[in-house]
Amino acid sequence: MTGVLPVTLGDATKVVQALLHSGKEYICVMKLHGDTDEEKVRNVLKEFEDILYQRPPLRASVKRQLRTRRIYYLDFLEMQRRNVLFRVGCEGGTYIRKLCFDIGEALGCAAHMQELRRTRAGPFTENDSVTLHDVAYWFGQWQETKDESILKKFIQPMETALALTPKIWIRDSAVDAVCHGASLMAPGITSLETGIYKGVLVAVLSLKGEVVALGNATASSEEILTLNHGIVAKAERVLMPRGTYPKCWESGEKTNEQAR
Amino acid sequence: MPRSISPWEVQRKLLIKAEDKTNPKYGHRPNERSAEELLRYGLVNLDKPAGPTSHEVAAWTKRILKLESVGHGGTLEA
Repeated sequence: MTGVLPVTLGDATKVVQALLHSGKEYICVMKLHGDTDEEKVRNVLKEFEDILYQRPPLRASVKRQLRTRRIYYLDFLEMQRRNVLFRVGCEGGTYIRKLCFDIGEALGCAAHMQELRRTRAGPFTENDSVTLHDVAYWFGQWQETKDESILKKFIQPMETALALTPKIWIRDSAVDAVCHGASLMAPGITSLETGIYKGVLVAVLSLKGEVVALGNATASSEEILTLNHGIVAKAERVLMPRGTYPKCWESGEKTNEQAR
Repeated sequence: MPRSISPWEVQRKLLIKAEDKTNPKYGHRPNERSAEELLRYGLVNLDKPAGPTSHEVAAWTKRILKLESVGHGGTLEA
C-alpha cells in the first residue's frame, strides 16, 4: 500500500488524534474471480455508498468487533476484464480489503483487493505529498545553507492537520489558562465556526491562528454564540507550551490568601 | 441511498462573537515559526512507498530529520 501518510514531528504528534478519525480517500484495484459485465459492477458499487458493517480482518491492529463505517462515495473509474479500478471516500478505519471482499460477495463472483493507494487523509492529499527522498534531500540542503524556506518546502505547520476540524478562536487572556488544562469558558471566545455540536472534537486557536489545544465541545455553535458564561469545551490535548502567553488568571490558593 | 457529504466537502461559516486584538509580544503566526520550532511543531505529508510499514516509514523520517519523536496519522493498512 502506498500513498498519503502524514508524519507528525516532535510535539506536533498530539494532533494525530484529529487525523486518526478523519475521512480517507483511496484508489483501489479490485480483482474479480469471475467474468461479470460492467453495468452490474457499476450498480453494485453504488449500493455500497452507505453505512457499512465491518468486522476487522484477522490480521488487524484493533479489536475484532463489528463496527459501522460510512462510505461517502464509491466511484467506478475503469474496468479491464477482471480488474476493476475505483475511487472510494470513507470514514477513517474502513477496511478496503474487506470492502472488496464484500463487493465480490454481492456480485456473486467473489473478489479481492489487488492494489491500494491512499489519495487523501483528512485535509492532506497526494497532490501536495513528498517522498522520503525529497525529505532526505531537502533536509541535507537546509543543513548546508540554513535557509528556512527549504524546510518550508516539505514541513507544514501542525495547524494544517486541523483544516477540516471545526475551530474556536480565543482571546490572548484565555490562552494560558487553557494551556494549563482549564476548560474553555464562553467569555474567552471571539469567534467560531459552524458545525460544532456536543461531543465534537474542536480546535482551539489563538487570534494569531496558533493551535492552543484540542477540545471536546460541550455545546453547539449556535449555543456558544449566545452564551455569556459557562464551559464551552473541555481541553483534551494541550499543544501550546505553558507560558507562551501571559498568565491572566489567579489560582484558587492565591485568591484565598488575598481574601484573608 | 443518496451520496453523503464527505468531511472535505463540508462548508463551514465563521460566527463572530466578540472583537479583540492580539498582542504581538506573545506567540506568533504558524507560518512565522523558526526552523527549530518548525521541526518541533510541524508535520510532513509523506507519500509512503510500497513495502515498508507505516511505522518503519515514520521511524526513517525520524532518523533523517534527527528528531527524538515522530508520530503518524493513521496506519496505512488495508
